[in-house]
Amino acid sequence: MSGIPHDHYEPKTGGEKWLHSRLPIVGLLYDTIMIPTPKNLNWMWIWGIILTFCLALQIVTGIILVMHYTPHVDMAFASIEHIMRNVNGGHFIRYLHMNGGSLFFFAVYMHIFRGLYYGSYKAPREITWIIGMLIYLMMMGTAFMGYVLPWGQMSFWGATVITGLFGAIPFIGESLQTWLLGGPAVDNATLNRFFSLHYLLPFVIAALVAVHIWAFHTTGNNNPTGVDVRRDSKAEAEKDTVPFWPYFVIKDVFALAVILAVFFAIVGFMPNYLGHPDNYIEANPLVTPAHIVPEWYFLPFYAILRAFTSDVWVVMFASWITGGIIDAKFFGVLAMFGAIVVMALAPWLDTSSVRSGRYRPMFKWWFWLLVVDFIVLMWLGAMPAEEPYATFSLIASAYWFFYFLIILPLLGVIEKPLPQPETIEEDFNAHYPKAETPAE
Amino acid sequence: MFKKLSIAAVAALTLSTGGAMAEVVTAYTEDIDFSFEGPFGKFDQNQLQRGLQVYTEVCSACHGLQYVPLRTLGDEGGPHLPADQVRAYAEQNFEVFDPELDDFRAAKPTDLFPGSNLESAPDLSLMAKARAGFRGPYGSGMNQLFKGMGGPEYIYSILAGYTGEEKEEVGTLFYRNTAFPSGWIAMAPPLSDELVEFADGSSNSVSGMAEDVSAFLMWAAEPKMMARKQAGLTGVIFLTVLSVLLYLTNKRIWAPIKGKKVG
Repeated sequence: MSGIPHDHYEPKTGGEKWLHSRLPIVGLLYDTIMIPTPKNLNWMWIWGIILTFCLALQIVTGIILVMHYTPHVDMAFASIEHIMRNVNGGHFIRYLHMNGGSLFFFAVYMHIFRGLYYGSYKAPREITWIIGMLIYLMMMGTAFMGYVLPWGQMSFWGATVITGLFGAIPFIGESLQTWLLGGPAVDNATLNRFFSLHYLLPFVIAALVAVHIWAFHTTGNNNPTGVDVRRDSKAEAEKDTVPFWPYFVIKDVFALAVILAVFFAIVGFMPNYLGHPDNYIEANPLVTPAHIVPEWYFLPFYAILRAFTSDVWVVMFASWITGGIIDAKFFGVLAMFGAIVVMALAPWLDTSSVRSGRYRPMFKWWFWLLVVDFIVLMWLGAMPAEEPYATFSLIASAYWFFYFLIILPLLGVIEKPLPQPETIEEDFNAHYPKAETPAE
Repeated sequence: MFKKLSIAAVAALTLSTGGAMAEVVTAYTEDIDFSFEGPFGKFDQNQLQRGLQVYTEVCSACHGLQYVPLRTLGDEGGPHLPADQVRAYAEQNFEVFDPELDDFRAAKPTDLFPGSNLESAPDLSLMAKARAGFRGPYGSGMNQLFKGMGGPEYIYSILAGYTGEEKEEVGTLFYRNTAFPSGWIAMAPPLSDELVEFADGSSNSVSGMAEDVSAFLMWAAEPKMMARKQAGLTGVIFLTVLSVLLYLTNKRIWAPIKGKKVG
C-alpha cells in the first residue's frame, strides 16, 4: 500500500499463513503501524493522534450520554440535569464530552495550520487535504448539532440563527430552511433530526479519517523540510525514516498524556469555562438572549459572516450586478462558506515549487499574519456587531481571502526561496550531529 | 426567570422610551471568598445547611428547585444531612402531587424539590451556573479557575444590592438593585437582618444570610462539584506521572537514532 519501500509482514506459523491467505488483516495492520515515517518530524506532527483520540473520546462518552438523554423539547433539558445529578459519573462524562469538543477543535486548528505552514496540502497530498477539509466541515456540523441537544437558551437561539442562514439563499432559501428544520421554526422535529445526525456524523467522520490516513500512507508523511523521502531502495528510505512503531507512537502518546493533563485540569476545575452560562437556562422561544454567541471554535467564521454588511462596497456591487439576488445576508453566508472553500483550494492556489514554509522567507510573514488574523477574527466574533469591531471584522475577513486568493498564487512567482536540504537525513543530522545512519 | 427577564426588558424599554428616569446602570457584582473556589475548594457543609435553612424559610415561598432531588441533601459533598433528617425535612416542608393517589401528599426523599410557586419567580436549580458575574481578566474569563464563574456572587449581590428606592411602572412595583442588569428588579427585598435564626449562632445579617444561601444555590446547581474536582485532580496527577514515564521512554527509544548515549 505504501509507496516507501519497507519490510512487509511475513506469516510464519501455519495458523498465520492460513489466516493471511484468506484475510490479510494482520498484514494490513502491520503495514499501517510500521509505516516508514520521516525521522525529522517535529512536535507539530502530534495532532493527528490527538485528533484520533478526540474522535474516540467523543464517540465513547457520547454513546454513554445517549443512554440517559431524551431528545424531546419537554424533556431534553431535564434529562441533561438527570445525567448531571443521578447518573453515576454522569456529570464527569458529560463535562468530558462538552470539553472534548473544544479539545477536538483546538487540535484540528493546530493540525490545519501545521499543514498550511509546511505545505502539507501540496502535491501529491491534495486528496489528503481535501478529505481533511471534509472532515473539518463534518466536525462543524456535528458540533453545531450537538450544542443544540441540551436545549438551553444558546442551543435554541444558536440553532435559530444558523439555520436562518439557509433562509438567505435566494429563491429556495425559505423552503430549504423549513425542510431542514422540519417545520416553520426550531422545534421538536429539529431537535430529533439534529440528535439523529449528531449520532450518525461521527461515524462518517471515522470512515473519512480512515481514508485520510490511507491517502497519506500512500504518499508518505510530509515533514518539516518538505523534502521527499528517498524511495529508490529500502536502504535509502531507511536513512530518511524510522518505523512509526515504536518511535512516533511513543512520542505521540507522550504528547497526548501532556495535553490530557491540561484537559483534565480544565474538565475538573473549570468545566464551564468555554461554555455559555445562558445554556443553563432552558430554551424559551419567547425570550431572546441579549447576545447570541456561538461556541469559540466557530467565532472566526461567525465574524466573517457578520463582516459583510449592506454598506460595504463589494456587497453593494454584488447586489447591483445580480439585480438584488445577492443581498448582504446571502453575501455573508457565501463569504463564510467561501472562507473554507478557498482554504480547501490551497493546493491549487499555491504556485510555489517549494513545499515547506521554512525555506520561504516572504511566505513566512504572510503565514504568521494569517494566524494572527485567525485569532483576531475569533476575538471579533465574540464582540457585539458595532463599531469599531465591524470595520476590524471587514479588514480581517478581507485578509483571509487576500491570503489564499492573492498572496499564495503571487508568492510562487515573486519569492526567491532559500536553499533546501538535499535529504531528510541531512536535515536530521544537522540537528543531531552525532546521529549516524543506521548500519544495516 | 423568563417572565422576570421579560418584565425587566419591558421595564428597560419603558425607561428608555419614557426617558424620564433613564440612566445608565452598571451592574455590580461583589467578589466573595467562598470556600469552594479554586481547584482545591470545598463546600462548607455547615454553610450549606444554613443556606438550605434560608432557602426553606425565605426563598421557597416563591421560588423552586425543580431539578434537585431531595435525597441529595444527604449526599456527601453537599449539606450531608443524616437520612432521617432528609426524610423529616421533605415531609415537613413540601407537598407534591402524586398522580397515583390523584392527590397531594407529603414529599419523600425520592421526590424532587417542588418548582416555583409564583409564575414570575424563576426556578433556582441552575441559577448559580446560569448567571456569570465574572468575565475577567480582560474578558478572557480565566479568573474563574480561582474565583469560580461568579454565579453565587451574582446571587449574593442581588440579595445584598437593594438600595431601598422603589418606583411604580405600569402598576408594578420595582426596586432599585445595584446588581441587577437593568438596575430595577421586580423582586421585593427578600432578606432583612435577623430574619432567620441559625442554630449554630452564625451571623444572620443580610450579608451573612445572602452568602449562605448563595453557597447553597451553588451546590444546588453543581452538586457533584467536589467529586468532579477530586476526579480532575486524580486525572492530572496520574497523567503527569504517565507523562514523565513516557518522556523518559521516548528519550531512551530515540537515543540511538539521535546518536546519544543511552542513559
